[in-house]
Amino acid sequence: MISKRSVQFKIYRYDPDRDEKPYLQDITVELEPSDKKLLDALVRLRAKDDSMSFRRSCREGVCGSDAMNINGKNGLACLTDVDSLVQPITLRPLPGLPVIRDLIVDMTQFFKQYHSIKPYLVNNEPTPERERLQSPEEREELNGLYECILCACCSTSCPSFWWNPDKFVGPAGLLAAYRFLADTRDQDTNARLDNLEDPYRLFRCHSIMNCVDVCPKNLNPTRAIGKIKDMMVRRAI
Amino acid sequence: MNVAKRTFDAVIVGAGGAGLRAALQLSESGMKTAVLTKVFPTRSHTVAAQGGVAASLGNSTEDNWHWHMYDTVKGSDWLGDQDAIEFMCKKANEVVIELEHFGMPFDRTDNGKIYQRPFGGHSMNYGQAPVMRSCAAADRTGHAMLHALYQRNVRANTQFFVEWMALDLIRNTDGDVLGVTAMEMETGEVSIFHAKATIFATGGAGRIYHSSTNAFINTGDGVGMAARAGIPLEDMEFWQFHPTGVAGAGVLITEGVRGEGGILRNASGERFMERYAPNLKDLASRDIVSRAMTTEINEGRGCGPDKDHVLLDITHLAPENIMKRLPGIREIAIQFAGVDPIKAPIPVVPTCHYQMGGIPTNYKGQVVVPKDGNSNVPVVGFYAAGECACASVHGANRLGTNSLLDLLVFGKSAGETVVEDFESGTLSLKPLPADAADASLARIARLESQTGGESVFDVGLEMRRTMQKHAGVFRFDQLLKEGVQKIGEVAERAKRTEIADKSKVWNIARMEALELDNLIEVARATMVSAEARKESRGAHVRDDALDTAENPNGRDDANWLKHTLWYSEGNRLDYKAVNLKPLSDDVKPIALAKRTY
Repeated sequence: MISKRSVQFKIYRYDPDRDEKPYLQDITVELEPSDKKLLDALVRLRAKDDSMSFRRSCREGVCGSDAMNINGKNGLACLTDVDSLVQPITLRPLPGLPVIRDLIVDMTQFFKQYHSIKPYLVNNEPTPERERLQSPEEREELNGLYECILCACCSTSCPSFWWNPDKFVGPAGLLAAYRFLADTRDQDTNARLDNLEDPYRLFRCHSIMNCVDVCPKNLNPTRAIGKIKDMMVRRAI
Repeated sequence: MNVAKRTFDAVIVGAGGAGLRAALQLSESGMKTAVLTKVFPTRSHTVAAQGGVAASLGNSTEDNWHWHMYDTVKGSDWLGDQDAIEFMCKKANEVVIELEHFGMPFDRTDNGKIYQRPFGGHSMNYGQAPVMRSCAAADRTGHAMLHALYQRNVRANTQFFVEWMALDLIRNTDGDVLGVTAMEMETGEVSIFHAKATIFATGGAGRIYHSSTNAFINTGDGVGMAARAGIPLEDMEFWQFHPTGVAGAGVLITEGVRGEGGILRNASGERFMERYAPNLKDLASRDIVSRAMTTEINEGRGCGPDKDHVLLDITHLAPENIMKRLPGIREIAIQFAGVDPIKAPIPVVPTCHYQMGGIPTNYKGQVVVPKDGNSNVPVVGFYAAGECACASVHGANRLGTNSLLDLLVFGKSAGETVVEDFESGTLSLKPLPADAADASLARIARLESQTGGESVFDVGLEMRRTMQKHAGVFRFDQLLKEGVQKIGEVAERAKRTEIADKSKVWNIARMEALELDNLIEVARATMVSAEARKESRGAHVRDDALDTAENPNGRDDANWLKHTLWYSEGNRLDYKAVNLKPLSDDVKPIALAKRTY
């Protein structure tokens, strides 16, 4: 049985309204037995210090709000057991994106890349009366792709994205690109591949697999990127 | 404070399923539209819906909208309006097929059609046997739906204001709605969004309860704003307690688990639902199952050292089926209950899940209020859809999968009505009153200057505990009376909340204090409406309204077959008739009957 205990944190703090520069704050939090996840601990912390800022919503790993860098590794606070973490627990904002305040980053560049791959189904045939048919096997191709929650854990753990966030689509955007390439209902294959045929957008991925390592939904962007590269090659020959 | 003004044809508040579906209608019609959302659209709570969306496609078993309508009226314990229910059930196939065309990755049957599974309260041939009506994408239907709708909006170039929190509704002296005030989280600046039409799609307020499946963001912002602006709230005593929240954590376990064959068991391993609902058993409607579970626990047949939960058992299902149809549930059980459901049953308790009541609307998505002797007069320029609205299709108890359907049908319908009103010239940009932003600015100024006040955290906790204790699964006359008193005291404390953080940038403390203002409206409405309704109906069951020959299940149609309307000012109650007449001649009214499953 988990009991009351105190947990040590080092948390990245920065409020542009007040602070000249960011700093790491040492904080101790007294946790109740019901506080199991890192998010529970952060909510408990906020009851004492209401200036501690982070995004959060569903608290069950499906909305993608509370991604942060936890002891050096990106993850979701709501899916991380607080007692599994080495103390002091060091929390920083997701790396590589501008910090707005404390653990809140500006995700504009991340979503810009997501939007750049035309993340919607394209099918120019006349709209049928009923559903477009898709076999269970064809539908299975979308498993491991459509479940992405856009938390940005992957893209902000990727050195290629850190270096070229404006040019490299990044693992999340490329996973979404392959989600539509793999959909038998989508007819935009050539345009989608054209859109990625460039030294940076797709080919900056060097398969170091940081994205796979951190994905809280256990998805595999590297594999999806590999499949897009295969499609490029097959199209060329 | 300097207040910027922005002008649009329409402003939509909320970017969950209903807001995004409405936005599509407006964007594709070319209206200049702003969608305000507290969170990035795909983080809205629609994302957490699991089991499916109802439509009588008949892909796996015979089905038709008449049966669906019957189930929904019966599920509502006859408090739903039959015109709106007919409209929703008839439109279901159309909106679900559309979603498929938008790219939603539904699971498939062997012949390539949309996969459908059984769900609680849904039946074939007017209650005879379970029907396969819930269209599903594994156990992530809400996620798949929300992303598909967002993606379609990207295609339609919808203009979003992401991480903007709406603060107050703007009305003129005629009562017409002219838009909202809103705060940008990143800068803390307040703007006026002035528009010809305002659509609220802000979701529910499940966070008024201590144990809730709802997200942190589900603070009833639209409902609170409407109440403060003098709009009555309808049927707020009716809250759905979902039978299967993870014990202790509150996280949702979809009814689809029982749709796929899961069984509820008490401490002796008994499948107790056979006693309460001999026909549909574990797939009876949610109010019935939640009460049965609570009765088992109250009578000492609960599980665990404290006998405080029951077990949801799927260990008899094939592991490959669990991995295929319920993969997300398995993850949730491992994460939040510490059990792998392939090997051991999941501890569950009834948990607050859904707000049946809300802002009164008609089936077109127009907000309607009593005026000059007519109970349903549209408010000029004001529309609402989804969980924040009360059409009323769910009445006293919602059926699972009807909420995602509600979002699609009434999101679209509200959008269509706005486009029609816009194109016919019915809507105009009315002059803003000089004091349009004053109420919002005063709320923010009070928070800035409050000293010696109350902690938002403490007041919120007291509200949630009060609601949980005084307006739970079973309700007691004495507890309700005390509850009205207590929630009134909490509301007084909420007027004096104080925050330490005064930063302009992403100030969550301020956001939570403003959200608490909205939650408090909902909590008051719930408690006062519940105390007043002296009968048992659907999710509202009282100790002093028991099953008798005259009032089956404690339901008193002679006196209480009516909608509650609660006004914030003076805690005043009013009532209006339930519409028992369907919209068309295609179907006869579903006659009142005792509800059994």
